Amino acid sequence: MSGRLAVLACTGAVGLQDAGRRGHGRHGLSASGPMDALALAAANALVGNPAGTVALEFGLGGGRFRQEGGDAWMALAGAPSVIRVDGVAVADHGTFRLPDGAGLTVEAPRRGVFAYLARAGGFAVPERLGSRALHQRAGIGGLDGRGLRAGDGLAGADDTPSLDPGFLDPLPLDTDLPVRVVLGPQADRFTPEAVALFTDAAFTVSHRADRMGIQLDGPALAHGPDGYNIVSDATVMGSVQVPGGGRPIVLMADRQTTGGYPKIATVISADLRRVAQRRPGEALRFRAVPLDEAFALARERAALVAALPRTVRARGAGLEDRLAGANLAGAAVDALSGEA
Amino acid sequence: MTSPAIRLLWCGDTALTVEFGDRIDPGLNARVLALDARLRDAACPGLVETVPTYRSLTLHLDPVAVDPARLEATVRDRAALPVPVAAPRRVWRVPVMYGGAFGIDLDDVAAHHGLSPTAVIERHAAPDYRVVMLGFLPGYAYLDGLDPGLALSRRSTPRPTTPAGTISIGGVQALIASIAAPSGWHLLGRTPVRAFLPGRDPVFLFEPGDGIRFVPTDPARWDALDRAAAAGDPVAEVVR
Repeated sequence: MSGRLAVLACTGAVGLQDAGRRGHGRHGLSASGPMDALALAAANALVGNPAGTVALEFGLGGGRFRQEGGDAWMALAGAPSVIRVDGVAVADHGTFRLPDGAGLTVEAPRRGVFAYLARAGGFAVPERLGSRALHQRAGIGGLDGRGLRAGDGLAGADDTPSLDPGFLDPLPLDTDLPVRVVLGPQADRFTPEAVALFTDAAFTVSHRADRMGIQLDGPALAHGPDGYNIVSDATVMGSVQVPGGGRPIVLMADRQTTGGYPKIATVISADLRRVAQRRPGEALRFRAVPLDEAFALARERAALVAALPRTVRARGAGLEDRLAGANLAGAAVDALSGEA
Repeated sequence: MTSPAIRLLWCGDTALTVEFGDRIDPGLNARVLALDARLRDAACPGLVETVPTYRSLTLHLDPVAVDPARLEATVRDRAALPVPVAAPRRVWRVPVMYGGAFGIDLDDVAAHHGLSPTAVIERHAAPDYRVVMLGFLPGYAYLDGLDPGLALSRRSTPRPTTPAGTISIGGVQALIASIAAPSGWHLLGRTPVRAFLPGRDPVFLFEPGDGIRFVPTDPARWDALDRAAAAGDPVAEVVR
């Protein structure tokens, strides 16, 4: 008996995401997957799931739910959000039990953008092309190719009886830190002044920001003498594409797979979440790093994700244990505030 | 004879673009598809997927598993091999309803070139096209082979939406659109064929390198073919 999570109401964009759908870029379908992969992994670690198990992704939104047909263990990680079970507040970044018949409320986050609600065992939705991730524009994945809305029901998948409830130090959103990029692949299509301006200037996240791309306000970046049209080539999550008007767009999880505008730089994989978690109106600076450093940071991030299950601490564990856990994972120890 | 130089362009830590040139050129695309086939057969640690485009091949990578120097060496090695003259893997016949409500720009394109609408249809349906890239949106098939006498630069004002199945031209390129989207191209007709249909096997009909022939089709057949296509019938047929 795996139970079911009934959707009573949703605000903002709420959809199912797993690690993403690979192998179909050659058919024009980008991978989708989480905007903040570390937060998805953290939510899953808290309920004993593998890092890429399908979970609900809230984008500046929340929702009301009711658990039916059995209990469930759940956890929310990412942008800090107020969660209530039958009106009683429970902590984010911690495992909580959702009893049969209980109501669950997730409020829109206080800071950041994307939060992930994971259920022990995951949700029983069918795979499409090898993934359950919603790609809204393509109408594939998620629940019948769309986001969640009132009246939907999400059947739970296999329960994991060996679950140890626990908590993680809240993930820093790092929205005050620079976003590291590797210059290129088409930095040579810009004036040297524009490339310098790109890493010197402050940009602001505009309101044109979604799972496809995040447009930035700020100084216009001038293209070189060959103009702003290139014969289309492929994009990646993190490509910083600059159309004719000179305003950069960071292409994200549901991006177009190819594009005809030059890409001045590419956000390194470890810092994609720094872009994703910034809200419209928040500032953003880029810092160029060598390719070697981007690979080293990717390895560090992978080690952190792999260590998350060991980092989940039992409730009531001593502060020293928690710090040891945080250090083991290489996480920033800014967690002393708040919980201690 | 040595192959012309390639450029290796890193896209952060998650992709490497192998650039054969910066033009639309069937010769470049043949080299792209040849390298694509070779790398898909080769053992490349960390290679997650490949995306061929008109003039480059992008290798999407797992940054933790890839050895950048070794990958670059493998790519240079494989790209230097001679490119076989490849016949299309297969050729599709794609029914198209031209003009009228199906292709609202047909008359304008004809007038621009001093041709009759019928002549434009004949010229558009005459060539054997090749799919040089599937991209931008799922299933969008970009074609090489357009009659240069039909080439026409894009509209100055894109339309906010164009229907699924739109058959259009822009510059020297021809396109089969799979889903509704904004477009600045010239709309000649529409096909009931679903190049992309979630829930059908296969989800994607066309592959890079496939041949395409357009078959002018009586608009009266639209409803029947459209229903069949929506239900999962390819409607397009493979002739070779």
